[in-house]
Parts: sequence; structure tokens; C-alpha cells
Amino acid sequence: MNWAETSAGWSWNPLTDLQQIWAFPFMVNAFRAGTVVAVLAAVMGWFIVLRRQSFAGHTLSVVSFPGAACATLLGISAGFGYFAFCIGGALVIAAIPRVGQGGSGQESALTGTVQAFLLACGFLFVALYKGFLGGVNSLLFGSFLGITTTQVTVLTIVAAVALGVLAVIGRPLLFASVDENVAIGRGVPVRALSVTFLVLLGAATAEASQITGTLLVFALLVMPAAAAQQLTARPAASLALSVLIALAVTWTGLIAAYYSPYPIGFYVTTFAFAGYVLARATRTLNTAMGRHRFAGAGAVA
Amino acid sequence: MSTVNPATRLGDLVRHRVPAQPAGPQPPRSPAVSLRGAGVRVGGRTLWSGVDLEVGAGEFVAVLGPNGVGKSTLIKMLLGILPPAAGEVRVLGEAPGRAGHRVGYLPQRRNFDASLRIRGTDIVRLGLDGDRWGVPLPVPARFSARRREARDRIAEVVELVGASAYAHRPIGECSGGEQQRLLIAQALVRDPELLLLDEPLDSLDLSHQGAVAALIGRICREAGVSVVMVAHDVNPILAWLDRVVYIAEGGAVAGSPQDVITTQTLSRLYGVPVEVLRTSDGRLVVVGQPEAPALHTDRHVEGGGT
Repeated sequence: MNWAETSAGWSWNPLTDLQQIWAFPFMVNAFRAGTVVAVLAAVMGWFIVLRRQSFAGHTLSVVSFPGAACATLLGISAGFGYFAFCIGGALVIAAIPRVGQGGSGQESALTGTVQAFLLACGFLFVALYKGFLGGVNSLLFGSFLGITTTQVTVLTIVAAVALGVLAVIGRPLLFASVDENVAIGRGVPVRALSVTFLVLLGAATAEASQITGTLLVFALLVMPAAAAQQLTARPAASLALSVLIALAVTWTGLIAAYYSPYPIGFYVTTFAFAGYVLARATRTLNTAMGRHRFAGAGAVA
Repeated sequence: MSTVNPATRLGDLVRHRVPAQPAGPQPPRSPAVSLRGAGVRVGGRTLWSGVDLEVGAGEFVAVLGPNGVGKSTLIKMLLGILPPAAGEVRVLGEAPGRAGHRVGYLPQRRNFDASLRIRGTDIVRLGLDGDRWGVPLPVPARFSARRREARDRIAEVVELVGASAYAHRPIGECSGGEQQRLLIAQALVRDPELLLLDEPLDSLDLSHQGAVAALIGRICREAGVSVVMVAHDVNPILAWLDRVVYIAEGGAVAGSPQDVITTQTLSRLYGVPVEVLRTSDGRLVVVGQPEAPALHTDRHVEGGGT
């Protein structure tokens, strides 16, 4: 941890360090925005992992890049571009008929085609808006500088609405995610839930993109949830764990990025990746020990 | 050619009907399922029509027939997912889809993905309240009567299907037979009067087929639950059956297994010579049964007629 020693402010006392960081309003906003985004992304990600819709999440995040570029080109706030393109993209994916059951795989070719085209559009927008090229890096790989209070408010409102909707549809959505056919038999509106979920996913991706950048959205959207589900199969516990991991990753990422010259996207992604590897290793270790114990009793299923 | 091979000798099959005797007086129940002149169309093609069928309370009925003939479609019609193209269909005295949780359903099953990290009990729990809006508050069971009730009901039904030993494990790590038991528990958790089972024995090996069939038969007898089961092979369930429905392209015949699975009846149904042979151990083999024309869709695709 070279950066810790070289940065003058690092004192190994978390309280004074945070006080020092939070002396800057832009850092306070970064922490606020990061916290809001982490909670929303972790909860949405938990469903993405269960529904195996990671590719849809990836597509929406890629779509956010032309969104932001287009908004900048038009001279309006990039936030509008993020939300408009992501939610629009979600509706397009929702309109693609799902062939077969649980088959997010079947539509992947079509989704991939649209995704590549939109990415190219984003590149065009950037080229049209000359002198904007410096911003491409932060669009793609994230930045926490210059988050305004208005932005934080917008992020919070959108996240609150999304989480509110999710709280209402959560249980039927879980049912439809793991057991679609029985859910249909029980009269759960599976199709409507799927569309609603994609729209919420669009909103969550638009939010996460603003912190982690377009290409590293998975760091908050998928990695914490994937790690949490490795650790426990209890729905409530893994959901809570997913939020905790996302928060931890975001906060440590912000602190690390503050004390070092390297971008936040790298730190958040690396910490999330480390979390996943640890979770995976823990589970493997647990299984191995469990098998050892069972083998003694001769009760391996 | 497909086989219909009853495990037990048809001739000396002694069936003890244990009438459902719930505690206390109960109003007379309408037939669990009643079809009059029912027909169904999928993708513009009439799969079958003119089907009359009545499933009484507490009866165990198997739906048999070649692939692609519309067996699963019959189940979907009873669930209210597909409307009947003709005739009258009543489920527990109501229009299909209206009987709500008085009907338990087990769809034709692919196995759960091995990486799915949800416990068996959670799957059963979804059968109990998965269609309710909102999310349960994380109140400890100690403080919530409803939560305790749900927990007890799940434990009870998991015990009933004999899945207590592995219900807490992630469902993806359970074997096919274990998953099937948990799914039967899920279908049973709301105490249905009618179970609609779509090839529940399909993905199981022979020993598990017998055990799961016995479990379903026992539930039917002891709890007085009516069972309509789509089956490819009547062999494992024959001992428990009250009636079979044989669907062919166009129509169907219903009756006791002894009456229906015969050379005469099946030849008449299919309009081609079909022969029912009995092996030395009493198993039945149907020879010459025509396969239904291909639907040009995968048989697992939703809406495909199997």
C-alpha cells in the first residue's frame, strides 16, 4: 500500500481520515452519491444474479455511454442522457420476446447487435463534440469528482423510487425469477414483472454508470451480489450481505482514490473482485470441510 | 412405439379406495375437474377436441399419450393459462384459473441450475406466499405469529414429502429426485384440493420414480387430494390409478386402466392397428402407437403442445 505512506494525510485513524476527507464538499457529495448508488445497485444486482440477466445489465451500462455523450453534445446534463438511454434501452430489451424459459441466452445475439451499434453511436457523438475527448475516460471508467448536490438529490430520488417499487414487487419477482412456470400457474403477472424489472435495472445502471463509469458497472451491479450469494443461500441474508459488500467496496474505493492518483473505477472494481474471490474461496473451503465431515458419517448425498 | 408397462399385474390389482374422510362435516364437493366437449387449439392447429372427462374428489387420474399430442396443454388449460377452444371446462366448480391456491401445480421440469443459490425451503415458501405483493419484514419469528405459522407449515409439508434432510441446502445442489420432492412440497404447501402434475417422474431414475409415485399416491389417498398427472409411462403409477385418459390426435378416451389400455380401445382411438402386449411380469407394452406430427417447436417451448 504505497499510496498510503506517500499520501501525507493518511493517519491510520479512520475517524480523522474521514473528517479530513469530508472537509471537502465534493468528497461529501461523492460519498453520498456512492452510498445511494451502492445500495440500489446491490439490491438490483441480487435479482440480476438470480435471474441470470447479467448480460442485460451489461448492455444497459454500455448504452449509458452514448446517452451521456449525446446529452453532452446537446449541451444538457449528462444525467439526463444516462437515464433516457438506459431506460429506453431497457424498454427495447423488454420488447424483445423471450424465447423459451428463463432464456436470457436466446436473445443475446440481438441484444449484442444493438449494443455494438449504440456503442458506435456514442463514439460518433464524442467525435462530433470536439474537445470533449478528455471526458471519455471518466465516462467509460468512472469519476467521483464534481458530483453536484443536485445530482445527489436526483440520484437519491430515483433510487428511493426504484427501491420502493422493488419493495412492492419483490416477492412475486423472486417467485417469477426462480420458478417462472409455477408463478404463471399461480397467476403472477410474470411478463409485466419482467418489464418493470428491466426498467428499474435501467435506472440502476444509469446511476451506477455515473460512479463507476460505463464499462465498470458490474463492479457494483453484479460483483457484490454474486459474492453474497456465494456466501449464503438465505435470501434475506444474501440480500443484506450484498448491500454491505457494495457499501464497503464503494467507501474503500472512494478513500483509496482520494489518497492516490489512480482512478476510482479501478479501486472499486478491484475491491469488489477481491470480495468475490474471497467469497468463492470461503465457499469452496466450507464445502470441502463439510464433505470431509459428511464422508466420515458416510452420508454424502 | 412406446411402452405402457404397469408395474403391477393388471388382473390381480386390488385397489383399496380409502375414501377421503376429513374431520368434521364438509359440504359435498363438486368434481375436481369436469370437461364437456372440450377442445384446444395451439397455433391454429386443433390438438384435440370433443374431450369429456370428470375427475372426482380424491381421484388419481393419469393423462397418457404420445409426445406432442397436447397433454401439457390440457394442464395449461386447467390452470387457465390457455383458453379452451370449445366446450365447457370447470375446475373445482369454477372457471379455470379462478380456483387460485386450491390448485397445486408442478410444471414439466428441467432441473434447477446447479448454481442457483436459493434453499429448498425458500422454494417451498414461494409456493406459500410467493404471489403476494410486498416483501416480508425481517421480523424474528418470535414476534410474528404469521411468520411462525408459515415456518411451521413449511416444516410440516417438507416432512410430509420426506425432504427434511436436505431442504436447507441450496436447491441447485440437490439431486433430481430431491428437487422433485421439494417441488411437490411447494405444490402442496397451500393445502390444495387438486394437484396438476406435468410429468413429475420424467427426470428421475427408476428407484426415485417408484418412491415419488408412491408419495403422490399416498397424498392422494390420505389427504383426499385429486391428482391429474401427465405421464409418459404409466408403469410407476399404475397401482395408484383410478382412471386414465388416453389422448390421441383429435380425441381422447377415459376410463379405468384395464378398459382403456387394451388392443381394442387403443386401435379404435388411433384408427390404426395398435397392439397391447403383456410381458411375463405383467408389464404392458403398446406397439404401433402413432406419434403425433411434429409441431416444429421444441417440446419444452412454452405453448408447445406436449
